[in-house]
Amino acid sequence: MNLLEVKDLHVRVADKLILKGLNLTLAAGSVHAIMGPNGSGKSTLAAVIAGKPGYEIESGEIRYRGELLNDVEPEIRAQQGVFLAFQYPVEIPGVSNMEFLKAAMDNLAAARGEEAPNTVEFMRRVRAIAADLDLNPEFLKRGVNEGFSGGEKKRNEILQLLLLDPSLAVLDETDSGLDIDALQVVSKGVNTYSDADNGVLLITHYQRLLEHIVPDEVHVLADGVIVRSGGRELAFELEEKGYAWLTD
Amino acid sequence: MAVEDLVGAEYSAGFISEVDAETIPAGLDESVVRFISEKKSEPEWLTEWRLEAYRLWREMTPPEWAHVHFPEIDFEEISYYSAPKKPGTGPKSLDDVDPELLRTYEKLGIPLHEQEMLAGVERKTPVAVDVVFDSVSITTTFKDKLAEAGVIFCSISEAVQEHPELVQKYLGTVVPQRDNFYATLNSAVFSDGSFVYVPPGVRCPMELSTYFRINAQNTGQFERTLIVADKGAYVSYLEGCTAPMRDENQLHAAVVELVAMEDAEIKYSTVQNWYPGDKDGKGGIYNFVTKRGACLGDRSKISWTQVETGSAITWKYPSVVLRGADSVGEFYSVALTNNYQQADTGTKMIHLGPNTRSTIIAKGISAGKSQSSYRGLVRTAPTATGARNYTQCDSLLIGSECGAHTFPYIENRNPNSIIEHEATTSKVSDDQLFLCQQRGIDVEKAVSMIVNGFCKDVFRELPMEFAVEAGKLLEVSLEGAVG
Repeated sequence: MNLLEVKDLHVRVADKLILKGLNLTLAAGSVHAIMGPNGSGKSTLAAVIAGKPGYEIESGEIRYRGELLNDVEPEIRAQQGVFLAFQYPVEIPGVSNMEFLKAAMDNLAAARGEEAPNTVEFMRRVRAIAADLDLNPEFLKRGVNEGFSGGEKKRNEILQLLLLDPSLAVLDETDSGLDIDALQVVSKGVNTYSDADNGVLLITHYQRLLEHIVPDEVHVLADGVIVRSGGRELAFELEEKGYAWLTD
Repeated sequence: MAVEDLVGAEYSAGFISEVDAETIPAGLDESVVRFISEKKSEPEWLTEWRLEAYRLWREMTPPEWAHVHFPEIDFEEISYYSAPKKPGTGPKSLDDVDPELLRTYEKLGIPLHEQEMLAGVERKTPVAVDVVFDSVSITTTFKDKLAEAGVIFCSISEAVQEHPELVQKYLGTVVPQRDNFYATLNSAVFSDGSFVYVPPGVRCPMELSTYFRINAQNTGQFERTLIVADKGAYVSYLEGCTAPMRDENQLHAAVVELVAMEDAEIKYSTVQNWYPGDKDGKGGIYNFVTKRGACLGDRSKISWTQVETGSAITWKYPSVVLRGADSVGEFYSVALTNNYQQADTGTKMIHLGPNTRSTIIAKGISAGKSQSSYRGLVRTAPTATGARNYTQCDSLLIGSECGAHTFPYIENRNPNSIIEHEATTSKVSDDQLFLCQQRGIDVEKAVSMIVNGFCKDVFRELPMEFAVEAGKLLEVSLEGAVG
């Protein structure tokens, strides 16, 4: 069964039509990349899959494991296994990362009828993942994303991806603002996550991320629709020619 | 779902108890003052003290400087005394207490039976409770156990009878009769409240608490609490308050006086959950309270911690007068307003002695159409050489129709003192809530997590078992704040 199916999706944000009939199918075990120029609707697609308030579906469908997602609350989608790595993770002062991650973990476990790991086990897992991502475990005591550099915020998103282990990961420009070292660390994290049972939707403006995470398919989004789909070679072509030849 | 959709929360303590009560007709004159005094068989000096306050009050006008709005109160429409009929001079044991009253406190989760409390698994350490229902104290638990340690803990009416010398020595020394409109009114008609005296060198063996409930309709509650910690003594005291849901506003004008001698420490915590009114702003308690502590002795310490979630209007400024050298005053506050609630609260730290120190941490949370103000005064007298104050005021807004205001006053008359003030205002954003939701946490849990995180510095100061309750209370008060 397909993990994600998007059919003829039209989405309005603040009265402006952004997605204008988008189609996309992603099977479990695959990695798809969505590329496109600024303003083409890439981040809107990510937001609407996660159910962000303010993104109004005018027509069309989003299905996850065959079930219609259109009107499902964002926390329910998360509990069912839809994960969004944010382009700009917000700060929540006063709430420690530790507390936040534990609350997320506990809520997901409860929703899935599983037993949440105890604090010791939880800490062991978090520390192990943090070590892999070169995150100083001291960050756990700080407020959520508080005082983090851009790179740390992105690594924290990947930490959450690995810790919460969803089925569908939508990564919204996770590569933006990363230096080469951080890019490698983040890519390694995504590659660790990616397996036969889950799917990854990579939203990126640049081809360079795709040197580290190899996509099964590449889609070009322009003005709210997918104008071209292909294999990895499409990304190289874009790198060479830019987007103009597809959008004009 | 957006932060904008705001609805009212259910107030779980809002039931009315059918208790046979003796309530005097509304209105206030000297005969009412005499009636109350007589009802309590008070000595003449106290009757005169009340009358003096009454006459002062007649000449006064209500304060208008607070950032709150409400229709003028008609003080002739309030009844100044209401007591459940059964007790007479006061019940000897719980067996004499009206069972309806016992059920009331059972519903509120306030333990009145000492045995049950001791057997209780929920609270590890027992807490002694003085229970005030409308105008009278119903019962005080653990009195005997406290007496063994030399601690006096009883209702103020009882203290007037049993320990008149102590009451006369300290009553009105911290909050004088003429202090302010509401305190003066209280001095004239105060009905009951708690009295605590901890003798020199004694560390009070358990937490003390008073539980106030307003039940009767159109009745004002005017309790008076006096706590004295003698040299080297320590006491931790907690008050809780609830009231039924009624459409009319009810007036609560209390006075609390704290006295700390040399090396003494008083920790006073409040969890205030008076009925806040409904989601349209109808009904609720007017909480106009004067609380002040005097650090009389050197190295004494008074610490106020308050969690204010209730009342239609809160007007209160628990303060500390730092007279003793090296004395310490602290104020930790969380004030949460939702729907149409208004809070104007803060503190006064009056530095008189050398090397006195004060800390103010005030957290205001506004949701719905509510208005929350911090008002604080830090004053250093010319005698307060080496005085230090640190103030931090943080406001958190939930939604876009509420308001947060800060009115800090600093009067520094000593060049060798240091006063620091920091203030922040932040808003619970849709993006923060969405981040939480995206990680599987629903909006209400997310708001409560964010608010609790915001209040952490204050909750840390509450006695342990109450810190948990305070957290839960915030959760309930915010219920439906985001829909």
